[in-house]
Amino acid sequence: MSKLASINEFVIKFANVNGSGSASANQMIAKGIFRSGIPVSPKNIFPSNIQGLPTWFEIRASEKGYLGRKAGIDFMVAMNPQSYIQDVAEINPGGYLLYDSSWKREFHREDINIIEVPLTSLCVDEFQNPKTRLLFKNLVYVGALSYLMSIKKDIFIELIEEQFKGKEKLIAPNVQALEMGFNYAKKHLVDACDIKVNQKNLTDGMILTNGNNAGGLGCVYGGATVCAWYPITPSTSLAESYKKYCDQFRVDEKTGKNKFAFVQAEDELASIGMAIGANWNGARAFTATSGPGISLMTEFVGLAYFAEIPVVIFNIQRGGPSTGMPTRTQQSDILSCAYASHGDTKHVMLIPSDPKECFEFAAESFDISDRLQTPVFVLSDLDIGMNDWTCPEFEWDDAREFDRGKVLSKDDLDKMESWGRYLDADGDGIPFRTLPGTHPEKGAYFTRGSSHDEYARYVEDGEINARNLSRILKKFEGAHKFLPKPIFKQDINASSKGLIYFGSTEAAMQESLDQLSASGFPIDAMRVRSFPFSAEVWDFIDQHEFVFLVEQNRDAQMKTLMLSEGNINPEKFISVLSFDGAPITADFISESIIEIMSDKDTSKTAEEIK
Amino acid sequence: MTYIIKPVNHHPNLEKNALGLTRRDYEGTISTLCAGCGHDSISAAVIEACYDLSLASDQIAKLSGIGCSSKSPSYFLNQAHGFNSVHGRMPSVATGANLGNQDLLYLGVSGDGDTAGIGIGQFMHAARRQLNITYIVENNGTYGLTKGQFSATNDQGSKSKYGEENVLAPIDLAAMAIQLGAGFVGRSFSGDKDQLVPLLKAAMKFKGFSLIDIISPCVTFNNHVGSTKSYDHIREHNESVSSLDFVPIGQEIKTSYNEGSKVDVPLHDGAILTLEKLSKKYNPLDKGLAVQSLNEAEKNGKVLTGLLYINPEIKDHAEILNISDTPLNQFSDKELCPGSNKLAKVNASLN
Ligand SMILES: Cc1ncc(C[n+]2csc(CCOP(=O)(O)OP(=O)(O)O)c2C)c(N)n1
Ligand code: SF4
Ligand SMILES: [Mg+2]
Repeated sequence: MSKLASINEFVIKFANVNGSGSASANQMIAKGIFRSGIPVSPKNIFPSNIQGLPTWFEIRASEKGYLGRKAGIDFMVAMNPQSYIQDVAEINPGGYLLYDSSWKREFHREDINIIEVPLTSLCVDEFQNPKTRLLFKNLVYVGALSYLMSIKKDIFIELIEEQFKGKEKLIAPNVQALEMGFNYAKKHLVDACDIKVNQKNLTDGMILTNGNNAGGLGCVYGGATVCAWYPITPSTSLAESYKKYCDQFRVDEKTGKNKFAFVQAEDELASIGMAIGANWNGARAFTATSGPGISLMTEFVGLAYFAEIPVVIFNIQRGGPSTGMPTRTQQSDILSCAYASHGDTKHVMLIPSDPKECFEFAAESFDISDRLQTPVFVLSDLDIGMNDWTCPEFEWDDAREFDRGKVLSKDDLDKMESWGRYLDADGDGIPFRTLPGTHPEKGAYFTRGSSHDEYARYVEDGEINARNLSRILKKFEGAHKFLPKPIFKQDINASSKGLIYFGSTEAAMQESLDQLSASGFPIDAMRVRSFPFSAEVWDFIDQHEFVFLVEQNRDAQMKTLMLSEGNINPEKFISVLSFDGAPITADFISESIIEIMSDKDTSKTAEEIK
Repeated sequence: MTYIIKPVNHHPNLEKNALGLTRRDYEGTISTLCAGCGHDSISAAVIEACYDLSLASDQIAKLSGIGCSSKSPSYFLNQAHGFNSVHGRMPSVATGANLGNQDLLYLGVSGDGDTAGIGIGQFMHAARRQLNITYIVENNGTYGLTKGQFSATNDQGSKSKYGEENVLAPIDLAAMAIQLGAGFVGRSFSGDKDQLVPLLKAAMKFKGFSLIDIISPCVTFNNHVGSTKSYDHIREHNESVSSLDFVPIGQEIKTSYNEGSKVDVPLHDGAILTLEKLSKKYNPLDKGLAVQSLNEAEKNGKVLTGLLYINPEIKDHAEILNISDTPLNQFSDKELCPGSNKLAKVNASLN
């Protein structure tokens, strides 16, 4: 039988039962490979369930740095009889299946290599307590894999020691389970596996973390003092991360009191209301949610837009519509955020593509929101938010100061002859605001969502209202100055074809572009990072004959947004859409594009198309 | 109100409070509500209470939802920041504002539609959280601004202006607030300034959630014969449980009460609330009794007014959350941002 052979390029997948304690063992494998200096992208594929249903954990390791999801599994650790059939079918020819051979099975595939480890029997012989037996089973396969793939055992021992810091008693039995697996493989499974990890230093200066952890941390660094949220997958861990880092960094040493507020609201109507209330008072505040929460928040978003109150909203997108696929990923709230709320509204969006950008955009979002006095959406998704990514370390410049925008102090007010809350004093559409309690006689006004004039007085004069709406639009049109610019995958355009993508698609893009080039279809690519779009975005579209728009939604929402905001011939856009809830793959992008290009240019050779 | 400096013409002989301010300094813009609307009397009572307490308007934030009632914060305290939010959602905005700066005095103004209908969830949770706010419900049993539909506080059997009978039982916001743990719950009537002003003063001095449910007749849609929220009906069925005197810190209690009917309740800042119980049976420190009395009164068609319940021992939301004494909106960048050294440690924990 042929055996797949590969060094530092493979996909390993674990099929487990939800709630069986497998998560930390699988995580350990991912970290083990990462600490071997090989970039990894672990992905949790889990049901909307707490215990009992199948869950999967997929790790792609790639020294080339290709970290998008890849269909087809090279090594399957099948721990869940419930999903055996499906799991076995997924294995690439020549690939490997490791299963718990305490109960022998037939798998009816001649083209794969079956690796038998009697995990349960080994644990039953060694450990007394039935509950711990179940947990140790997971470590036994970690040990076996350590041997099979040549991942240094010491790395795992170190990871166990770190994990049980403070509960030292647990270290020995965990190491024992690990050794059991290792020794069993060493004795019985010599040369069973040709997929190997070969130590490198490609992860120096890199971290392995998820976007929600990074986003919560970014909020702490960005000076957010209030987090009001309501639990919803996949955003919950962002709020929790904020709390975790606040507990570390924001508790006054002397008084023991908090320099932050963390409020689990009764629903999303309240969480956004609280965030708006705090920002109205000049305390940086945010909420984190996902699609259903966004729907509930839209009325308040319109108020913040029209009354010009900063607020930051993290939308960790999941599969929609409605409750949809709460534990799967999509980029399907582009339009519902860009135009959230009734009436003429448009909102600033930041679209991070990895945890590092989640950190940076989170911190920046507060400056942008304060500067523009408007809601800012940070549009992440489940793939970035909940999966660990190999990404560069976080950075912070200590000289950086928060931009709190145009807020008048008592002194400012004292010097001013007159002031109007909604006056365009600087000609940039951004008015000056005051915070409650600043001055005993000046600067108080009535914030309202009903039509108002430059002095915040209630008016029903259509002309005044139109003037105000136009000023808000002007402010929006100047917003791109404060937003992250698009990123280009090439220094200069080399192709007549362009490709636009955004967000978590980044993980698959370099691989796809390399595949396209190798197939004779080189393409210029641009990653959009914010809305409203800047001139660079329009120029890129202008400069290409046609443009592929890669999105993880059904309706080509980014295309709709670009068509509605820019002066573009719709014929120019060709959509590549993936919306099955799994992170998009390079193969899917490349194959779709090659198919379209071959169709489009049947008369030309690949060389001519270039 | 944003400002264009204009001369203030005050009558030189107007009475001044401890801050040297006159009642006029606590006024707002001219009301656009219907003449005779109960809500305007409540605005007048708020002005009176703030004047009496010598409060600095700029240290007050007035927040409301949507409705005729929610418009009224425009009509008092011009120098206070105001926030007319969305229908029923003032409690969350006030909660956030309070988290941002717990040093301001928060005055929430809402209607019965705003609070007992669309906003009942937020109302309940604000009470449960002990949000430090004086929460005024201007309760007219109807949706004034949308022209007279029944609200959830409208009594069963009460008739609309057009003769339709309300078939549903009312929600008693005061009883609900007491059960949710609100620290201060009163009920009053917009037409009874003598009762309302001291009640407002006490509520504003109370730290924690204080609700005053004020029956405030809507002269345009709910003041007819057959309505249980009309001026006439309330005057006839009002039964006051207590009369109240608010004694600020350092002042002596001057009012003399009959021995045995007097209760002194010390407030957080050392001020004292003196209550004269008008009914021997009533004790506003007794939660169970308060709820029971409200239920009985409802059965008998009476409207119990006065301070219904007080729990001076309550902790407010900011205390419960252990928020620093320095308001969160007053920290500098350096105090909030952990900086690059700490970030290096975070990085180290993630590889
Ligand atoms: C989301 C939403 N739904 C409906 C309305 C329309 N609306 C405005 S005021 C109001 C009722 C107000 O009743 P209440 O709070 O009792 O105030 P009142 O006018 O009686 O003082 C309604 C339903 C609205 N503004 N917003
Ligand atoms: S409609 Fe009723 S509640 Fe509204 S202003 Fe007129 S009297 Fe007052
Ligand atoms: Mg009403």
